[in-house]
Amino acid sequence: MEFFERFAVPHPSPLIYASMVAIGLVIIAIVLGITYFKKWGYLWNEWLTTTDHKRIGIMYIISALLMLFRGGADAVMMRFQTSVPENAFLDAQHYNEVFTTHGVVMIFFMAMAFVIGLMNFVVPLQIGARDVAFPRLNAISFWLYFAGAMLFNVSFVIGGSPDAGWTNYYPLAGNDFSTSVGVNYYNWALQISGIGTLMTGINFIATIIKMRAPGMTLMKMPMFTWSSLVTNVIIVFAFPVLTIALLMGTFDRQLGTFFFASENGGMDMMWANLFWVWGHPEVYILILPAFGIYSEIISTFSERNLYGYKSMVGSMVIISLLSFFVWVHHFFTMGHDALTNSIFSITTMAIAVPTGIKIFNWLLTMWKGKIRFTVPMLYSVAFIPLFTIGGVTGVMLAIASADYQYHNTMFLVAHFHNVIIPGVVFAMLAGLTYWWPKMFGFMLNEKIGKWAFWFLTVGFCFSFFPMYITGLDGQARRMYTYSEASGFGPLNMLSFFGAGLMAIGFIVIVYNVYYSFRYAKRGIGDDPWNARSLEWATHNPVPEYNFAIVPQVNSSEAFWDSKKKGHKLFRGDYKEIHMPNNSGLPVIMAGLFFVFGFSFVFYIWAGVIISGIGILACMAYRSFEKDHGRHIKVKEIEETEDKFGGAK
Amino acid sequence: MKELFPIKQVNGFIFSMLLTVVALSVYFLDMSFELGMTILLITAFVQAAVQLVIFMHAGESEDKKAIYTTTIYGLIIALVTVFGSLLAMVWGYM
Repeated sequence: MEFFERFAVPHPSPLIYASMVAIGLVIIAIVLGITYFKKWGYLWNEWLTTTDHKRIGIMYIISALLMLFRGGADAVMMRFQTSVPENAFLDAQHYNEVFTTHGVVMIFFMAMAFVIGLMNFVVPLQIGARDVAFPRLNAISFWLYFAGAMLFNVSFVIGGSPDAGWTNYYPLAGNDFSTSVGVNYYNWALQISGIGTLMTGINFIATIIKMRAPGMTLMKMPMFTWSSLVTNVIIVFAFPVLTIALLMGTFDRQLGTFFFASENGGMDMMWANLFWVWGHPEVYILILPAFGIYSEIISTFSERNLYGYKSMVGSMVIISLLSFFVWVHHFFTMGHDALTNSIFSITTMAIAVPTGIKIFNWLLTMWKGKIRFTVPMLYSVAFIPLFTIGGVTGVMLAIASADYQYHNTMFLVAHFHNVIIPGVVFAMLAGLTYWWPKMFGFMLNEKIGKWAFWFLTVGFCFSFFPMYITGLDGQARRMYTYSEASGFGPLNMLSFFGAGLMAIGFIVIVYNVYYSFRYAKRGIGDDPWNARSLEWATHNPVPEYNFAIVPQVNSSEAFWDSKKKGHKLFRGDYKEIHMPNNSGLPVIMAGLFFVFGFSFVFYIWAGVIISGIGILACMAYRSFEKDHGRHIKVKEIEETEDKFGGAK
Repeated sequence: MKELFPIKQVNGFIFSMLLTVVALSVYFLDMSFELGMTILLITAFVQAAVQLVIFMHAGESEDKKAIYTTTIYGLIIALVTVFGSLLAMVWGYM
């Protein structure tokens, strides 16, 4: 029995027991369901072993949506707990765990996965490629992310969740103050999914640099592809810092070193420093693809080409460089001298300039355009003013001396949700709605989509604008409750009301998927939005080889040119197409990584060694494996193309 | 014959040996810590550049521009991270 005691949750509550039962039932239901409908073979052959960038993209998006609901449930619990003074719904420990997992899940497992998922689906199509540069590596990236996400979610029912905040500052996260295995879970889950992200970064840089269609020079790439390129460059330079910091944290907690200890020559604030060296670029890893999506959508639904293409690219490159120069603004109050704080204060404010350029470019794209207010466009139009408010409060926070007032208050919480929700979440929902017909062959219902949009936008304003006020009045973040005398009660109640509206908005989106799946019109053609870039030039749904003939490109809007200016995209005849084979290795390897991480969390060395050997064996097998892919014959291509009505 | 003789590589090899000797001298000669570290840092960076350009052929392919751009970008970010951390954690820390 002693062996199993370590797996017990240290602070159990009826809620956690109920979740355990629910999780158990859901797993049983899924397994029974798949067995009953005899779908194991389909699942394994078509999805789990796939190396197709489109399917991997869809799997990323499904996982991201699951994580969105998990993190969203955390958010509603927090808002409910703080809706009235002295609430006893959650105790301090549970509140700590809830805000920690909310942050980690939303940033790492929701936003990152959503961004990478859309990139996976869209980028190869936009550049006229047949897949990414390294399809097998792409599958490994996804499965490592998935293993990390599942490992993190297991913490909730086995051993206890991390409770030191998503920023996980030491010494709080050290063994002295975080005695449960929670922070071990944090280290290993992020480590495993972080390796996947790093490989995605390398893969997409190679894809975008090397696999563009003939004629597509760098300055003729669609804006979403440009934003993906810049984002992946940031990933490659920022993520190694997180990898090393997490490793140092693991060494400290599990192997007795003193990197982040307050004694024996350790520096406890070094974690905060390294975390934000990665963490600030991470903010731009999330927002730049969002900017790319908005650029595509605004130009499509204004029926105008993107205003200021070159300045858009230039400002993104400048943002990517500046993003590495600002990280100290996350801990202005740590105790630096005035010179240090001033330097980082100025670099931070400087980022507002290229961002402002982009805002004006979007406005000028809409200027005199024929605007269609579809659901993706509504999100994009709402994004501009709401994001600007978030940006302006960001500049307020960048003033180092004033930051001593704002630091660690709800003002900060309001600020970063104000940039992340209208910035990233709206962009992901807009992008998902926009590219949905390309993924599944039918449109999401516009009317229901607009209801969801209004619930989310109004709910967002009610949730987060009151926090600016309570923050300035001194309400600290991460406090599980407050006294009635503080006077924060009514505004927090308003916040809870807003969170409720947002929750309804997300439920409406789920209903929309169900409704559209059942009732939406099929056979909507290849280009339902009258769009401009190359991904709309292929069939709907996309055949596995994407383009039967590699397209010829002469501008950033090749597809628009082919519709309006008589540009011929597809020249020549069908040729045999070389495609990658499916492989079960990535999912097996990720399973071994999961066992490795789980064993390490609980110091089960036998498990660590066995799964470690397994991982190395997988790599060795891959090194000697002879897999040259397969060829799709011309006849097969002709048959598929005839079914779709032929390449244009 | 002249085209076949890799004069650039031979010179590079001699130069890199020279750099190694200079770096080694820090150990054998008696000098102050600051001077020694300065010599080591300079020889290390020059050595890395020599290896990259002459023996790893950084400037000889079509990707020349891309290779140099990413290298310089990476170098800038590495230096900013190291010196920024020093500024934040040591020099500017009261």
